[in-house]
Amino acid sequence: MTAVAAGRRRASTGVRIGVLVVFVVVFLIPIYVLLVTSFKPLTEADPGQAWNLPRTWTVEAWRVAWEKLAPGLWNSVLLAVPGSLLSCALGSMNGYVLSKWRFPGADLLFTLFLFGMFIPYQGVMIPLVQLLVGLNELTGLQFYGAIPGLVLAHVVYGIPICTLIFRNYYVTIPDELIEASRVDGAGMLRTYWSVVLPVSGPAIAVVIIWQFTSLWNDFLFAVFLTGPQSWPATVMLNNIAGAQATPYSQQMAAAILASVPTMLIYVLLGRFFMRGLMAGALKG
Amino acid sequence: MSRVRTWLPGLLLVAPSIVAIGVFVYGMLGWNFRLAMTDKHDEVSEGRFVGLENFISLWDQPRWHISVNHAIMFTIAFVLGALVLGWFLAFLMEKGIRGEGTFRAIYLFPMAVSFVATGIVWRWLMNSGMEERAVGFNRLFDAIGLPQWQWFRDPDWGMAAMALPAIWQMSGYVMALFLAGFRGVPEELREAARVDGCTEWGVYRHVVLPLLRPVTLSALIILGHISLKVFDLIVAVSGKQIITDVPAVFMWVAVFDSHDPAKGATIASYIVLSVAVFVIPYLIWSVRRERRS
Repeated sequence: MTAVAAGRRRASTGVRIGVLVVFVVVFLIPIYVLLVTSFKPLTEADPGQAWNLPRTWTVEAWRVAWEKLAPGLWNSVLLAVPGSLLSCALGSMNGYVLSKWRFPGADLLFTLFLFGMFIPYQGVMIPLVQLLVGLNELTGLQFYGAIPGLVLAHVVYGIPICTLIFRNYYVTIPDELIEASRVDGAGMLRTYWSVVLPVSGPAIAVVIIWQFTSLWNDFLFAVFLTGPQSWPATVMLNNIAGAQATPYSQQMAAAILASVPTMLIYVLLGRFFMRGLMAGALKG
Repeated sequence: MSRVRTWLPGLLLVAPSIVAIGVFVYGMLGWNFRLAMTDKHDEVSEGRFVGLENFISLWDQPRWHISVNHAIMFTIAFVLGALVLGWFLAFLMEKGIRGEGTFRAIYLFPMAVSFVATGIVWRWLMNSGMEERAVGFNRLFDAIGLPQWQWFRDPDWGMAAMALPAIWQMSGYVMALFLAGFRGVPEELREAARVDGCTEWGVYRHVVLPLLRPVTLSALIILGHISLKVFDLIVAVSGKQIITDVPAVFMWVAVFDSHDPAKGATIASYIVLSVAVFVIPYLIWSVRRERRS
């Protein structure tokens, strides 16, 4: 390579990094605003200082936001933890059968499942409300207007994506392993339990992260299916921020608080988060 | 008989999910369509079958036209914006660059946060207050000499501005998809084209770009279906104002504010149809492609 060509390549790499850094700054602007504003006292809430750092730092907004949001955060935990565990169990069994213990019509069934991944939830919303109201009357338990109904909805509509992730993962387990287990006389459940499940770790991680994030961040189901007692963090946050009287600093502190769990997952388990996203794109 | 014995346990294990998907996805879609074809315009009436009447009369309502136009403008701005930005970021990184992991992580992180949480900061950033009252981008633009905007309150281009937070949230994902696509192009193919005398641009145009087509299609489908059902972003940024109305918000208003189930179901049916017309062919295509390979 000539010196000129090498120099040109170095220059182009420099330009590329420069452009990427500019975009990093652009991407971080909302985060800067959230953080800076959340530490401001009320007296600094005037437009003239909108972009400045706080002159006096205070956690007052955080304290108030925490007080207002805490019940919603707890509801979100009650929703997202059991919800993602149940989704994981169902997805794992389905994925196992659809990849290793297939029956006639399994392909067609899988395609029918996949469509469930793309349906706009608006299309099932009104009947779902009616069904849950009916369940309330039938069982005397709280489905509509409470967390169990919301968990049910998320688990059922999570079946397609969870099945897809597990199926694409289980396809990579060699068929010989399953065959060997069969020859040894193990049945379907036995094979699942002692051969498939022990190697499922990565897929379990992906599904738990994916479902936890979508349950935690969901707003549509929550706003249709829950009442004030069972509002998860997103609905409560929307109501806090929608009130005209709430200062910006409190709104932004609350927004950060409501995002802490998913941000933590993203930071700690980013690699698995990424895999879940790719599975969503129908790529194995 | 023995063959049945081999697959029956599997079918039984999947049976609960089959029932759940059957009832909750297909059953409820059907239920919703049926409701849309009745005149149940309040909570208590029985609702007689009226065929497609609601589907037709919806087009007599100015608010419906507004929300459809908004959805179209939002979709164009969001899908194009996220696709181009995502592709561009991946293009800059595809040959490997120092600190790539950090760049990727930063571009992707908005995806982990809910629309409701980020909507709060974007509502502030895109505040339409002008002059002394300007906050957000307007204050920043003023400081560096750029003109101030109405943002999402602009009657003509407001929905394009509303696409900004959505682009911010999703372009990192598109970047990741394209990056995977770029890395899936075998180096030997590029090398072979270079040996045949292709310029770097020629290699890109004739070798890389055609191989990126499936990724582009996946990205289009994912962005498109997010766009057509967009709801929480709009609610978080502007609430239920007509100026940013979209079908999903209009449906919410029909159900909760106007208490008109049939109308809500009709709007919902239109949203489902708009997604189905391109998702169903895509699913059939991608399942066939997988079976071939």
